[in-house]
Amino acid sequence: MIISVASGKGGTGKTTVSTNMAQALETELTFLDCDVEEPNAHLFLEPAISSSRQVETPVPEIQVEKCTQCRKCMDICRFNAIAVVGQQVLVFPELCHSCGGCMLVCPEGIITETGRELGVIEEGQRDKITFAHGKMRVGEAMAPPLIKEVRKATRAQGLTIIDAPPGTSCPVIAAIDGVDFVLMVTEPTPFGLHDLKLAVEAVKLLGISSGLVINRADLGNREVYAYAREQEIPILMEIPFDRRIAEVYSSGQSVVEAMPEWAEKFRELYHRIEAIVES
Amino acid sequence: MRELVILSGKGGTGKTSLTAAFASMAANKVVCDADVDAADLHLLAQPQVRMITDFMGGGIARIREESCSQCGTCRDLCRFAAIDEQLVINPLHCEGCGVCVDLCPEGAIDFPIQKCGEWFISDSKYGPMVHARLGIAEENSGKLVSLVRKEARNLAEEQGCDLLITDGPPGIGCPVIAAISGATALVIVVEPTVSGLHDMIRVAELASHFKIPGMICINKFDLNLELSAAITEVAAKRNMEVLGMVPFDPIFVHAMVKGENIFEYGEDNKDSATLEAVRAIWEKIEGASVLNNMGVLDMKAVIR
Repeated sequence: MIISVASGKGGTGKTTVSTNMAQALETELTFLDCDVEEPNAHLFLEPAISSSRQVETPVPEIQVEKCTQCRKCMDICRFNAIAVVGQQVLVFPELCHSCGGCMLVCPEGIITETGRELGVIEEGQRDKITFAHGKMRVGEAMAPPLIKEVRKATRAQGLTIIDAPPGTSCPVIAAIDGVDFVLMVTEPTPFGLHDLKLAVEAVKLLGISSGLVINRADLGNREVYAYAREQEIPILMEIPFDRRIAEVYSSGQSVVEAMPEWAEKFRELYHRIEAIVES
Repeated sequence: MRELVILSGKGGTGKTSLTAAFASMAANKVVCDADVDAADLHLLAQPQVRMITDFMGGGIARIREESCSQCGTCRDLCRFAAIDEQLVINPLHCEGCGVCVDLCPEGAIDFPIQKCGEWFISDSKYGPMVHARLGIAEENSGKLVSLVRKEARNLAEEQGCDLLITDGPPGIGCPVIAAISGATALVIVVEPTVSGLHDMIRVAELASHFKIPGMICINKFDLNLELSAAITEVAAKRNMEVLGMVPFDPIFVHAMVKGENIFEYGEDNKDSATLEAVRAIWEKIEGASVLNNMGVLDMKAVIR
């Protein structure tokens, strides 16, 4: 089973919920931090990192001295990554989406591929948790290819928990596409609800079943409850605002370790998800 | 024209609440919401939309079945696995590269341009505002961010405003790069958590990559004094001014629930430490040398 933890709005508690659920469970599982722009789960899980590898995406390299300036490569590129200016052909690797079109259409066959660094993937272990995350290179624009690469570490059998990035556009889709369940974490505020609605639309579009965790449940208003009822999204857990939880989080501790009474609640959360997915 | 972009790296640190508070104090400005993925500023600024324009993104491949000879070339060439064995295109996986369109031997693939969202010019509580809504699960968010900023800039010029206040998206990827390129200065809103600090460093690295000066505002500073001190230290090392520290205060949530900024909500409580801190931060931003139209270097030249 693969569970993605997502939210729409940032800062609602995705990482808190995903890491604590992982730590509360007493089974072997894989944890993938797919928020490659700002990965944080490692700060709480503190895995011993055993491998680190650089991930690249192919970008064209043109043997410019053999170029006839036919412009076919420039014409097929929808991302303006190749420009023919006078007698010169210029490649802008940062704009390339790695579709390979230029290489296919070059009549001279002088386009080959080299790599643009997307970032690194680090893998490690913390107790029963097999851990992997991607760290996007600062300055790199495209998160989805690195997210897809992180997801290759998904466990063949058993449980994989994915910490997804915020938002509702392509990076989120890359982190929730094809999973069994999306756990959405929200806060009962106007911002939280507004962005939750967008996230729900995205999840529906992909046809994945979902459930809700309401964090800081006693701050804000009750509108999210009415929305959940109307959309028939089950509320699987409520976490009240507790300054102690906020402080534990701030220092990088896990809630289930600092406040063991929470471990059972996170296990219950998982069992509710399991029951939904199995039905 | 000066543009101040409010960023954070990590989501949920208070970007939008502070943007609204700053906007309520700034004179002669245009407000821009560049978080097109999960735009929230309109919930506080309550804009009256004056103009709606469709945002057209890239094309999506579509096979005309009657012209298709089932040769499978498109499927073999697609690097995004968007075309399955039955030669059905999954629009969510289609990258919009057009390789299948150009190389289909039958010319049987169309490439209609998609509407990916909408953008708006509005009158808001804080004056003219440009904002947008990206369609669900759409790509091209960077393009829409660039468009919204460009339109906000045009509007500011038209109306004779000399300041643009832009609410930025979280993260460091394409929408963030699109939100900061060419900006005058950044205000990075940080919370004193290990993740807040970690993410702030990555945004600060991005800012220096694009050579844009950044200033730091610590929100909820009293949640963890040790980390607030650590943030101050990192900021000093990176030559970024710490503008001030805002205490953890439920007024942000209460104001948001009422659709107000903290000053509107806290009108009866003008001497609150939180309001005072945010006011002082805005004064520092206004006086910041990086936002000075003349620039520090020019000033030296004038004196000499």
